[in-house]
Amino acid sequence: MIPLLGISTQALFGQLLLGLINGAFYAMLSLGLAVIFGMLNIVNFAHGALYMVGAFAAWFLLTYFHIGYWPALILAPLGVALFGMVIERTMLKRLAGLDHIYGLLLTFGLALIIQGVFQNQFGASGQPYPLPEQLKGGTNLGFMYLPTYRAWAVVFSLCVCLFTWFMIEKTRLGSVLRAATENPELTRAFGINVPRLITLTYGFGVGLAALAGVLAAPIYQVRPLMGADFIIVVFAVVVIGGMGSILGAIGAGFMLGIVEGLTKVFYPQAANIVVFVIMVAVLLVKPTGLFGKKL
Amino acid sequence: MKKILLAGVALGVMTTCAFAADKVVKVGVLTDGSGPYADVGGVGSQLAAQLAIDESGLAAKGWKVELVYADHLNKVDVGTSIAREWFDQGKADVIVDTLNSGVALAVGQIVKDKNKVFLNSGAASSDLTGKACTPNQIHWTYDTYALANGTGKAMTKAGGDTWYFITADYAFGKALERDTTAVVAANGGKVVGNVYAPLNNADFSSQLLQAQSSKAKVIGLANAGGDSANAIKQAAEFGITQGGQKLAALLIFLSDVNALGLPVAQGLEFTVTYYWDLNDDTRAFADRFSQKSKAHAKPTMVQAGVYSSVLHYLKAVDALGSPTDGAAVVAKMKATPTDDQAFGKGSIREDGRKIHPAYLLQVKTPAESKYPWDYAKVIATIPADEAFRPLSQSECPLVKK
Amino acid sequence: MTHALAAKGPTASRPKPAEFIAFAVLAALLAVAPFALYPFFLATALCFALFASAFNLLVGYAGLLSFGHALFFGGAAYIAAHVAKVWGWPPELTLLAATAFVGLLGLVAGALSIRRQGIYFSMITLALAQMGYFVALQVPFTHGEDGIQGVPRGKLFGLIPLGDDRVMYYFVLVVFLCGLLAIYRIVHSPFGSVLKAIRENEPRAISLGYSVDSYKLAAFGLSAALAGLAGGTKALVTQSATLTDMHWSMSGEVILMVLLGGMGTMTGPVIGAIFVVAIPEVLNRIGGPDFAQWMTVIQGAIFVICVLAFRRGLIGEIAARLRRTL
Repeated sequence: MIPLLGISTQALFGQLLLGLINGAFYAMLSLGLAVIFGMLNIVNFAHGALYMVGAFAAWFLLTYFHIGYWPALILAPLGVALFGMVIERTMLKRLAGLDHIYGLLLTFGLALIIQGVFQNQFGASGQPYPLPEQLKGGTNLGFMYLPTYRAWAVVFSLCVCLFTWFMIEKTRLGSVLRAATENPELTRAFGINVPRLITLTYGFGVGLAALAGVLAAPIYQVRPLMGADFIIVVFAVVVIGGMGSILGAIGAGFMLGIVEGLTKVFYPQAANIVVFVIMVAVLLVKPTGLFGKKL
Repeated sequence: MKKILLAGVALGVMTTCAFAADKVVKVGVLTDGSGPYADVGGVGSQLAAQLAIDESGLAAKGWKVELVYADHLNKVDVGTSIAREWFDQGKADVIVDTLNSGVALAVGQIVKDKNKVFLNSGAASSDLTGKACTPNQIHWTYDTYALANGTGKAMTKAGGDTWYFITADYAFGKALERDTTAVVAANGGKVVGNVYAPLNNADFSSQLLQAQSSKAKVIGLANAGGDSANAIKQAAEFGITQGGQKLAALLIFLSDVNALGLPVAQGLEFTVTYYWDLNDDTRAFADRFSQKSKAHAKPTMVQAGVYSSVLHYLKAVDALGSPTDGAAVVAKMKATPTDDQAFGKGSIREDGRKIHPAYLLQVKTPAESKYPWDYAKVIATIPADEAFRPLSQSECPLVKK
Repeated sequence: MTHALAAKGPTASRPKPAEFIAFAVLAALLAVAPFALYPFFLATALCFALFASAFNLLVGYAGLLSFGHALFFGGAAYIAAHVAKVWGWPPELTLLAATAFVGLLGLVAGALSIRRQGIYFSMITLALAQMGYFVALQVPFTHGEDGIQGVPRGKLFGLIPLGDDRVMYYFVLVVFLCGLLAIYRIVHSPFGSVLKAIRENEPRAISLGYSVDSYKLAAFGLSAALAGLAGGTKALVTQSATLTDMHWSMSGEVILMVLLGGMGTMTGPVIGAIFVVAIPEVLNRIGGPDFAQWMTVIQGAIFVICVLAFRRGLIGEIAARLRRTL
């Protein structure tokens, strides 16, 4: 064991792995934000609130319908996606063509409403959600104890991220989507229903947020404010990756998880702030983000 | 316009006179009604105050007791604005609860300036009976010193002699860690390390991993609210307690245990000054409370403190015949021994510290829990004279040395 | 050149009588307000009104949406509280110190952030404010989450004690009116016209030979300094400075105020601020616990309704109906 800067390499490995796991959550959330921004040009401030709704949906299914974790992993995101599509159809749609600011403000308001309603209904301290039976326990890796659930979370979210990237970059559906982003008029001329595509994209984006919420429910306390501070960090992740860039969001998510993990070892107080320092640095040097295309 | 104004003033004067003749006292509950601590105090605090008013018997003695409620949103400016308005417009003679130390310290100053009464149940800062003590305020339920002392002393004595702290990186967390460290050291224990976590940290795995590898017998969580909940939940995930280490939450309430659930919280140790299932009296009060509570919840120690403090306050007001001179009411309260179902017999010290025993609780396993809200067992009782910071260490200017 | 540009903008540079009347009515209403309403509450509300007006200078006239103005508001409150409490400075010097400090801070933050546009500008200001929050949490003089409490209001110019709420209110009113007049002058100066030109069409302003960045920087610095004046005054009114004023949700709240009142109007932010500050007061009063719980929901609903139905804000809508600038 070689100590490095006063930290044993063993401990360092452990922290890196934990950082990677946190990065998985950042990646999933920022992916949803990036998809929405790319397609709708909206900075979705309600993303954190919908992540929370996803976690609550899982809790709700378990408590009232005795539907467990595995079905919830599909049902909760679907439900939230539907809810998201209603929001898009009734409200966000009217903001097309307006400045970014209005989309941000509207979704900010929505986030306040959603969080407020959940707080009144379910209390501030939240609700418990148990680990699924199959994923209890853990493995001793020698340098750290790795709970099985965390291993599952990182593998699962990596798969989701790669699947999304593949869908958007390599399939026909994805190419239509990208075309609609670049030039909606022309895409419409090809006989494609662009508004429906936009609605579906928003649903998909918030569905990803809800999926992250279900994934987080057994780890974090399911609280109405669980997404409120998280969302600010995720914004920073998306900006660092390059707004609207799918690969950027995924890459920056995992990268920031690791950087944050390292910060927790050397200067833990600053773990919440390091992402913002990086964001300012990135924006000043490369304004389009690390992976962003030209503006 | 002028006439209407004059008439209004005249009416105001008349009504005040009429009220004075009728013997009126007004209780203001100022708390976190919609924020992270709404389950600890919030609407439950209002309910507790109402119970105290109903049971005080003052109505039968010709008193009219009014209750007002406000949410301070955990903002100092909102809290102070409400407090000033209540006092200036004659809507409250006493302010109770006031979770959030920042708001409590600010309200304490106003109460002193206006010569009213402040009965704090919810705030943690031991400064309320230290540097910031006033002749108009009583700190009722608990403070950081009592929690650190209760948990630190009892656990160290029971063999938990090496500690590792996970500390919230702000003044409150650091105060808790500092106070507990002193107690642990005084009882022959040793602190082997600590790690900070930012406020509102979601993921504690990194900190828990470091705590785990420290091999300390006790892991102390010097944080509160959502931070504690996440840390406890993840400690279960990482198998901390199964690995033989004990988990001590330095500030946690019954509502938090309820929210976490026993499978996650089992084995956790924490200090309270009121637990609903201690004896017949505490159960009787808790039953009355939960019958009226929306979710049939048992009271937290903060809510119990609101009940107890309002009850004692009303007794003193009745004895004096008037609530107008706040300092006189507080002096009367200090001179009278306290006795109620929630805290039993107790007293109030000259620095404004309410004295009663504290209890180190351990959260039961799901198998041990027999009925709803059967969450914890008492593993040590800290007698009243040892539970709080001794007067000799007090920085309160009211204490004569 | 300036005139040619200004005439194209929605507001001409010459003060309009309607705007002047609105201003006078506002001043007169505020002067008698403490006889009907609670002076302490009004004084706090005026601080927020000045804050919102300062913010509006940036977003409404220069078109720069900062998501980090809490840094200047809360930062100034800390400086003022410390200077008044620990160093014992009189109120006028306290406010000067807070304004000057935050003005400089604003120039630094502005120099970094104006180099990017649109959403990226907002993100940099947010990041800088988060860093400021972190510093406020870490440095010892702010006393962590307890904040600085018991700040003395002191004697104005060593003569007038500000202890009484009503006296304090009139002092705040004077500060507020001075601040608002300053903003009015700035907006209606040639400088203000160029700002509006940049907001409307930046490339064109550049092609006309304006050094756009220095204009933006100056606007940012002025807005920060005025927000600082508001924050410092608030510290004296509430006699405290705490972390809530530095939190990012405060940056959100000020946007709500300006949006509700009307971006780019003179009186809009004032009305918006008073409205937003009054919501919890009113809810606490009429509803009791069951009502107060809905505070955040109502705030959110206002956001949504404003964005969907009145993007011009309360005053903006009225002004549009009357076809005047207010």
